[in-house]
Amino acid sequence: MSGIVFEGVSHDFGAERVVDEVSLVLTERRIGIVGANGSGKSTLARMINGLVSPTTGRVLVDGLDVSRRAREVRRRVGFVFTNADNQIVMPTVREDVAFTLRRHRLEKADAAARVDATLERLGLTDLADRPAHRLSGGQKQLLALASVLVAEPEILVADEPTTLLDARNARLIARHFESLDQQLIVVSHQLELLESFDRVIVMEHGRVIADDVPAIALDAYRAVIA
Amino acid sequence: MIGVFHPGTSIVHRAPALVKLALLAAFVTAVALVGSLVWLAAASVVVLLLFVLARVPAPVALRQIVPILWVLAFAVPVQVVFGGWEAAAVMAVRLLVAVALAALYTLTTPVSATLDAMQALLRPFRRWIDADRVGLALALTIRCVPLLADLVREVMEARRARGAEGSLLALAVPVIVRALRTAEHLGEALTARGFDD
Repeated sequence: MSGIVFEGVSHDFGAERVVDEVSLVLTERRIGIVGANGSGKSTLARMINGLVSPTTGRVLVDGLDVSRRAREVRRRVGFVFTNADNQIVMPTVREDVAFTLRRHRLEKADAAARVDATLERLGLTDLADRPAHRLSGGQKQLLALASVLVAEPEILVADEPTTLLDARNARLIARHFESLDQQLIVVSHQLELLESFDRVIVMEHGRVIADDVPAIALDAYRAVIA
Repeated sequence: MIGVFHPGTSIVHRAPALVKLALLAAFVTAVALVGSLVWLAAASVVVLLLFVLARVPAPVALRQIVPILWVLAFAVPVQVVFGGWEAAAVMAVRLLVAVALAALYTLTTPVSATLDAMQALLRPFRRWIDADRVGLALALTIRCVPLLADLVREVMEARRARGAEGSLLALAVPVIVRALRTAEHLGEALTARGFDD
């Protein structure tokens, strides 16, 4: 089955249950996950990439069990973190984007062409030879996005990608998200980012408490946090 | 190496990293063995010509060499007292030439080229050494320097804001905790990027 499937998924962190019996089928192109701190939304997102394994139940991506076939799944699922600094490995922008492809065993020319195209797409060409750790917060998040997109994943998961950014940079990242062809799963506190999505899931205490179109689901979330 | 690469198209830039590393090793070994000031002066001229050939602007080159001048400011007087002025001059020129050559390498060679060179060097030993892993370890080591520098700076600012400037505990504890958390996040990000074995 194509898409992402959660089958009775729970996750315990020590004695605490952070995700509790979640069953979902995610096939829409752009899906938002929203919830208060500690609601389990980031854990749920991490399960899609196999960064966190379910304690019970299973997660399937295009029919592949994430716990058993994590490496294959990670080729399909890109992950963007909140703090881009934690994602940057190489000293310059171009090298960091190219770093992702080291495990793809591409011909040098093919890899370079893919890196150039990705930098161009995200408006980073002029910064290609700049030290990555000296970029602004917005530029670092764009670099993190480029480093993921260069691998051409079919699904992109982003965990609060705009939380550390100012309003202008958050809008810039949101615009890039809108232009993506990939299925997009975004965990966010910034509700305006999710308003144009196809579906929004609201989590509270590890459970899904609302799952609907944004207008309805976001109202349910506002009622919870009011 | 920490973001000091100076892009260019000179022959020094274009030379394969492995060749540059081999020449660097040979040149520095020769300089370490030579005790004549005349030969060391000649080596200094060669290094200067290489910088000109690489078209590295003087301020960029000097930024890499200035830190060693602070070391020499202490080491040279000590060497003059205990070994005489000639020994001090030989030591100073040796150090300057070695540091300048290493700086030239890092200014003209992207880190990715160094990683490729390392992996090529280790390929004959692939039965015993995972070249990819060594390359990754090197990249992470280089990455951790600015990451830790930022972390220490932020913690020192927070310590100052709390009026605890003199407290070693107020520096060490948050730095260690945040360094460990950063390492965990970095590992998670690497896993997400497919470097999971």
